[in-house]
Amino acid sequence: MTGGPSSRAPRLDDAFLASGSSSFTEFVAGYRPELLPSGRPLPVGASIEAPHGTTIVSLLYEDGAIMAGDRRATMGNFIANRDMEKVFAADGYSVVGIAGTAGIAVELIRLYQVELEHYEKIEGAIMSLEGKANRLASMIRGNLALAMQGLTVVPTYAGYDLDDGAGRIYSYDVTGGCYLEGGHHSSGSGSVFARGALKKLWRPGLSEEAAVGVALEALYDAADDDSATGGPDLGRQIWPTVAVVDRSGARFVPEDVLESHVAAIVESRRGNPGGAR
Amino acid sequence: MTMPFYVPPEQVMKDRADFARKGIARGRSVVVLDYDKGIAFVAENPSRALHKVSEIYDRIAFAAVGRYNEFESLRVAGIRYADLRGYSYDRTDVTARALANTYAQTLGAVFTQESKPFEIEIVVAEVGQTPDDDQIFRLTYDGSVADERGFVAMGGASEQAEAALAERWRPGLSLGEALRLAVDVLAIAPEGGEPRELGPDQLEVAVLDRERPRRTFRRVLGGLLGRLLSTEDPIADAPVDEAHPGHPEVLSGESNGEAPKPGDAQAGPHDAGPPHDGQGRDDGPTQPT
Repeated sequence: MTGGPSSRAPRLDDAFLASGSSSFTEFVAGYRPELLPSGRPLPVGASIEAPHGTTIVSLLYEDGAIMAGDRRATMGNFIANRDMEKVFAADGYSVVGIAGTAGIAVELIRLYQVELEHYEKIEGAIMSLEGKANRLASMIRGNLALAMQGLTVVPTYAGYDLDDGAGRIYSYDVTGGCYLEGGHHSSGSGSVFARGALKKLWRPGLSEEAAVGVALEALYDAADDDSATGGPDLGRQIWPTVAVVDRSGARFVPEDVLESHVAAIVESRRGNPGGAR
Repeated sequence: MTMPFYVPPEQVMKDRADFARKGIARGRSVVVLDYDKGIAFVAENPSRALHKVSEIYDRIAFAAVGRYNEFESLRVAGIRYADLRGYSYDRTDVTARALANTYAQTLGAVFTQESKPFEIEIVVAEVGQTPDDDQIFRLTYDGSVADERGFVAMGGASEQAEAALAERWRPGLSLGEALRLAVDVLAIAPEGGEPRELGPDQLEVAVLDRERPRRTFRRVLGGLLGRLLSTEDPIADAPVDEAHPGHPEVLSGESNGEAPKPGDAQAGPHDAGPPHDGQGRDDGPTQPT
């Protein structure tokens, strides 16, 4: 009655029934590695030009954390996309923003979202914020071979720590290094200019409305001086993406609120291009 | 070398089936039934940590009776199967029917090939957009699949329970009515004695709520379950939304989080989750609304 593996009737592969792992990435890496960005072989030494996304700013405010991203993707010196999303909800209590090669980044985020939900379903509990930040780090690490061929992805992660009752921001480097940031952080090509603005405008304990304003000011300054960062597009009604994470979860700031913020910023900078002081 | 006695295949299969049935009959029962807004799962299970009912995907849930280690490995396999399919295709391409077929193949293969069949029975249910679209598949130890309408009872005294459900279940029950019916049915004593008393702390209750966007699975616990089950002052339905920081898939009737401030968010914590475009379906990274 017992047959060897060759005579088995069709059934779920052993990889599905293996016990021990709650990680979707580990499961896919063992079962269908070609579905992961890190599982695809690459020609050595070749490089391609692909759309690139840029500036993400994140900051803490009194109830949690805020993350904002511009909407532009560039390929060389032309604009590949005007309304790309770079800030995503990772799960109910955290958001992730991406700078780098857009295609790989979006794939990594999708994988990361499934990873968190998969853990939640198998374990019946939400992963700790530190655990979620480390999972993202290990996924970036897995992307190192691609990064060395120019397909880099550098995320920023912000979430609400339910155990400590506070917002947290984690930044990453291309090798998967994960750093807890205090206060604020910016990444992408416009990050230098955004950081300058954040330094002057950010202070501890901002209200949500003020913090959204600061994030938009910083992105405005980045777009002002960096050609790869898109400013708010009043003609096409395209505003930066702004996500808020607090005790009640992650949510996106509605378009009408963003529009009024942007209108106020543009108005205050009329004849005063340096903006708020 | 001694020759084994010839045992006819009919006898082998019968012995295996008897073995599996006996194992299943020792366990406590689970009832799965349709109500007006979704599908309810009621298990007699005093444990808060070892679940018999679990979420598989957005609109699909799993319930099982029998040996815990055996159905737990199938539950995890189902989540892996569903997540892999949703990741490589789209969230809407994950269906209970495909999952039930996969489970059936596995159960059937184990039944004929392994030294011992699984001593489990499984329900895979998917909540549809309307009650007519709801699907409940029941899988038994030998890999046979049945497409059930309205209700299923499995485990210990499932025959009496099925008979009672056939008599009392009707389409369009409210959640409260459905849960009270399920508890009455689970409380029937197998030998026909006085019905037992089953309180909320001996029950594991969960629902697939068709009106929620994206992930529809919720566990019903605590005060809310008590009020839904009470006969003196019954309530019919679960609240639409409540905040439970850290446990978004729970409904208990006691919101221990701050209520989301009206006006500053277009979504509460439950549906503020990841990809969600407001239509209960989505793919990949979020498009903020």
